[in-house]
Formats: sequence, C-alpha cells, structure tokens
Amino acid sequence: MDAAIEVADLRKTYRGRRTGEVRAVDGVSFRVERGEFFGILGPNGAGKTTTLEIVEGLRRPDSGEVRLLGRSPWPHSPDLTRRLGVQLQASAFFEFLTAREQIETFAELYGASKTRAAEMLETVGLAEHANVRCEKLSGGQQQRLSIACALVGDPELVFLDEPTAALDPQARRNLWDLMRGINADGRTVVLTTHYMEEAEALCDRVAIMDAGKIKAVDSPAGFIRTLDAPTRVTVASGQLTDARVKELAAGETVTGDDGTVVFETRDPRRLLTALASEGALEGLAVRTANLEDVFLHVTGREWRG
Amino acid sequence: MTATAELKARTGTRGRAYLSLFKALGRGWIRDRSQIFFTILLPLMFMVLLASVFGSGDTAASRVVAVGDAAVLDGADPDELTVTRVADLDAALAMLREGDADAAVLQDGDTVRIYPSATNSTGGAIAEGRLTSLVDDVNVEVLSAAAPGEPVLATEVEEADGGTLQPIQYLAPGILAWGVAISGVFGAAGTIVDWKRDKLLRRLRLTPASVKTFLGAKVSVNLVVAIGQTAVFLAVAALGFGLRLSAWTWFAVPLVLLGTFAFLAIGVVIGGIAQTSPAAAGLSNLVTMPMAFVSGAFYPLALSPQWVQWISYASPMRYLNEALQSVVVYGEPPTAVLPQIGFLAAFAALVALVSWKTFKFDEL
Ligand SMILES: Nc1ncnc2c1ncn2[C@@H]1O[C@H](COP(=O)(O)OP(=O)(O)OP(=O)(O)O)[C@@H](O)[C@H]1O
Ligand SMILES: [Mg+2]
Repeated sequence: MDAAIEVADLRKTYRGRRTGEVRAVDGVSFRVERGEFFGILGPNGAGKTTTLEIVEGLRRPDSGEVRLLGRSPWPHSPDLTRRLGVQLQASAFFEFLTAREQIETFAELYGASKTRAAEMLETVGLAEHANVRCEKLSGGQQQRLSIACALVGDPELVFLDEPTAALDPQARRNLWDLMRGINADGRTVVLTTHYMEEAEALCDRVAIMDAGKIKAVDSPAGFIRTLDAPTRVTVASGQLTDARVKELAAGETVTGDDGTVVFETRDPRRLLTALASEGALEGLAVRTANLEDVFLHVTGREWRG
Repeated sequence: MTATAELKARTGTRGRAYLSLFKALGRGWIRDRSQIFFTILLPLMFMVLLASVFGSGDTAASRVVAVGDAAVLDGADPDELTVTRVADLDAALAMLREGDADAAVLQDGDTVRIYPSATNSTGGAIAEGRLTSLVDDVNVEVLSAAAPGEPVLATEVEEADGGTLQPIQYLAPGILAWGVAISGVFGAAGTIVDWKRDKLLRRLRLTPASVKTFLGAKVSVNLVVAIGQTAVFLAVAALGFGLRLSAWTWFAVPLVLLGTFAFLAIGVVIGGIAQTSPAAAGLSNLVTMPMAFVSGAFYPLALSPQWVQWISYASPMRYLNEALQSVVVYGEPPTAVLPQIGFLAAFAALVALVSWKTFKFDEL
C-alpha cells in the first residue's frame, strides 16, 4: 500500500517587493505511513505552515514532488479532498453563521449527515454554543469549531496546523484526548506544533524543522535516546554536607547555587534511592532530557517556543 | 455504475453542494445589516432626496419682492409670482441675501429693473424668466391697444416626452441603475478582500465542492439580491412617489441581472487590486461615483456638458439606465433596447475576461 504522504525535496521561495526573498521551504523530504501520528515541530517562521499547504495542494512548490494517498494533490479532485480533513492555522468561516450552521454546511459539502455534525460539535465541547455566531466565539472555541469542521467528513488523513495554539490547558488536554482518539480509529494525523510536550505526548514520529529545513526525524523516545543526555536531579541545599554530595555524585557533574544542588547523572535510580534513604528529598525535581534538549542538540539553537 | 448513472450522481453531489453554499452565503447576506443598508436603503434615500430637490422648485410660485409701487406686478398670476412689498431697495436686497425672496423688482417709470437672487441662482433664474415674460405680456397688450387688428404671435406650452414627465419618471431608473452598480461593485470587491483576509476560499478549496460551485453560489446570491433590490425599489417608487410602471416593467429583471454581471466583474478587478476593506471601498467609490455622474443617474444626461456625454458611452451604467428608462417608464418593448443589452453584455464579458486574466488566485 502507498504511504499516506510522500514528499521529496520540496522548495518554496516567497518573493516580496519589500521583504526580498524568503526561503520558506528549502529542500524538505519526508514520508508518513498510514495510521501514523506525525508531528512537525519548529519555531515561528520555520516553514511548517508552508510545507503543510504545499502537501495539501493549496500552494504550488517551486520544485519537488508530493504524493498524497498515492496521488498528486494538484489539481484538486473531489475524490481526494473527500478523504482529507483540514484545519488551517487561521480559522476560516462563513460570515454571520452560527456554529451549528457552520458545521452543517461543511457536513453537507462532505456528504455527511446533520447528526454527524451535531456529534462533532458535542465532541469538541461546543454543544452549548451551537447557536452562537462564529465571530462571537472565543479564539479557542473558534479553533475547536474549525477542528470539528475538519473531522466532520470522516477523513482518512487529517492535517492540523497548530490546533492547540489558542487553547487553555484544560481544553488542550481535552483536545489531546480527541486527537489520540482520531488516530486510534486508524486515521493518519499530521500535526504542527510549537509545544514540545505536545509532540512528545502525541506523535509516533516528529520532524524537527528550522529555517525551512527538516533537521531530523525520529520518534520522541528515539530522539532522547540518541541524545543520551544525563538526568538532572535537583534538591534543596543544606540537607547534605559537601563531602556527602561529592560521594553521591560518584564522579559525575554536580552544580548548584545558594539554594539548590543539581546532580547530572546517568544512573538516576541509584542516586534517587540514596537521596531517599538519607531523607534528603526536600525541593526534589527530576528532569530527564526532552525534545527541548533535542532541539538544542539538533539545531544548535536554544528553543524559544 | 454506468457512465450516465455516475454522471447523474456527480451532478447530484454538485447540486447539493451548490444548494448548501447558496443557503450559507444567502443567510450571511441577510444577517449583514450593512449590506441591507447599501443595497436597499441607500438608493431609497437618494430617491427621496432627489425627488424632493427636483420635484419642488420648478412648480412653486416665485417669491418676488417689489420695491415701492412696481405697477407692472399688478397683473401677475399668483400661481407664478407671489409678491411682497417693501419700502426701499436695501431692504429688498437684504431679503435676497437671506434667501427669503427669489428676485427683487424696482419699477422706475418705463424701466423695470430685476434683481434675481444669486444666493439661490436656480430660483433666481426662474423668477427672472417669469418676470420677463410678464413684462412682455404687458408690452403686447399696450401695442395691441395702439395698433388693433395687427396679428401677434402667441405661444402655447404642451407637455412633451409622452405626457407628464414628473421628475420621478427619469430619476427612478437612474437611481436604480446606480443602486445595482454599487451593490455589485462594492459587494464583489468587499467579498474578495474578505476572502483574502479570512481564507475561507482556501478552506473550501480543500472540500469536495469545487471552487466553481462556490463562485456560482456566490454570484447567484448577488443576482437574487439584485432582483429583490429592483422589486423593492420599483414598488416604493410606484406606491410612494407616483412612478407609473409600464406593462414591460418585468423586463427590468433581465436587464438588472445583466448589469449585475458587468458590475460584479468590475468589483472583482477592484478586489484583486485592493488589499484591505477600506481600500476596496475607496476604489469602489472612485469608480462608481464618477460613473453615476457621467451616466445620467441623478439628472438627465441631455443637460450635461458634451464631454460628459462622450464619456458616458463607455459607462455600463449609462446603458442600464437608458434601457430601464425605456422599458419601465416609456413602455418600449425589449427589442427597442437591444443595442443597450448588446453593449452591457459585451462590457460584462470584456471586464470578466480582464478580471479572470489578472486575478492572482494565489492570494486567496
Ligand atoms: N504568503 C507569504 N508571503 C511571503 N512570505 C511568507 C508568506 N507566508 C509565509 N512567509 C514567510 O515564510 C516563512 C515561513 O512561514 P510559515 O508560515 O511557513 O512558518 P510556520 O513555521 O508555519 O510559522 P508559525 O509557527 O509562526 O506558524 C516565514 O519567514 C514567513 O515570513
Ligand atoms: Mg504556521
């Protein structure tokens, strides 16, 4: 069977009269298998949206090849678009319609029923706001409505461009559950995000993108494994004598300031057991390497979110 | 599935998509108060204003202030001239300046001095004309008495243009043509700028409905709006302002639809150039305002300078106005307005071609 998405050496340069040339996408290749949850992680302006829009067939690349469910996304064909669900970074609605009218219109375009439309409103938690005009919904509610519109046609392949950007933490968690559910149903999901923990929590594989290039692709666990970074264990100072700290560190790095002692260890289990038996757990914080460290490692730049 | 069955299924899907888009866009239109204002209320307001400006004035009696005796005014017809008397010229001139009189008259022996109002020059000119003809009448009487049996020429005024042409009869088609033009131009330009901003069209391009279906639904909404606008406007003009509708009035519908195509095409060109809503509105004004003035929308083209009449040949509003006037007011059959129809169609096709060729779909 074909891959869900195959992209080879995409390039896109924007030419503006004032801005000059911007190489938004600069030689991007990747492959997404069917049923996979694929994330594109990168800072503002990395080229995530442009890449997604090219893959969806909204923009023509300057060069490169895209296969979407085994065929070209350009020119548009209803047979292909029927199988896609798309949430664009900027919500796009019919003016002056209520949330219900909005999603019912999209449902009709995809040949889905009114019941399905109502279910989707319920799923994204907008049932009480069904009769509110779209422009009166909050930013996060609009985002959820736009996701509901993406899912109403029961798509095989779902594109979500920063779906959780405007959401509060509670709504973000709810949406994570929803996205996991979509993927568990066998749908392929492609997600872009700024949030490290989101990519870690949801994605089977993550592409790290910066300045128009994909720097690396791997599973979150795989990335962290290759990074092979020590675990940082922090406790409040004053619980251990300097000599004891040195002993516990067993030759590994120890740093610290007035209030804290920070161990960087490859054997967190041994260290934590020892600290526990000393009763020196006040102010304890354990931080394992995460995608943030991976980003620093891969791009050589600090993550700014 | 056989080929025809498949074709049927496809048209069925497209038909359903068209209907749901038409419904969504139509609902949006009805709920947008500013649209209702621009397409329905604004033309009606112009009709009220212009009908009262042109409707009065030339029928009311001129207000003349006589200085002293001014015996020539004794024979004045009170329907044409209402006379007030003051003692001296200064008082009379003050009244002119205040706009309380249209002309002052001072008779000094055989000389009748007329001071027409400069403050209200139209009223002044009318008063001057009436006073001059009053003096002429008095002269004829005097001469006839001196030389009886000598024949004199008499004038009789008949109403031309097929009977009583009240101002509303020529105002209504013009204002309607203008109303159709602004709702078409502003509507299309505003919509396209909105699409550039809110990316609705990009989202819809990724649904199974084709962009053509969507544009078709959008144009259909505009055409239905134009018909509604025409019906409301003509009904108010007929019932409220005494516009007499001919038997061919129904033919206004295809004329307005054709005009709407032309104006939508102009709006698409403007929407392609403008990047923001204020820019779109400004450019639309820049096109429709001068067009209204060179097209005889607000006053008869025949009264305009020659160069304006020349420019008007390039304006679609002129042809829509003429065609509407012919069928709605003069009751001429559609065959009489074939040249206008031909021009409107050619214009619509040309501008549509230009907008299609110059439009940057990538911006949507
Ligand atoms: N329509 C456009 N015209 C010109 N330049 C553009 C356009 N869209 C994006 N760019 C530029 O291309 C680069 C990549 O933009 P893109 O929107 O793909 O980034 P992104 O990774 O999605 O960023 P964000 O996280 O902020 O959404 C940026 O430098 C941006 O300024
Ligand atoms: Mg983006």
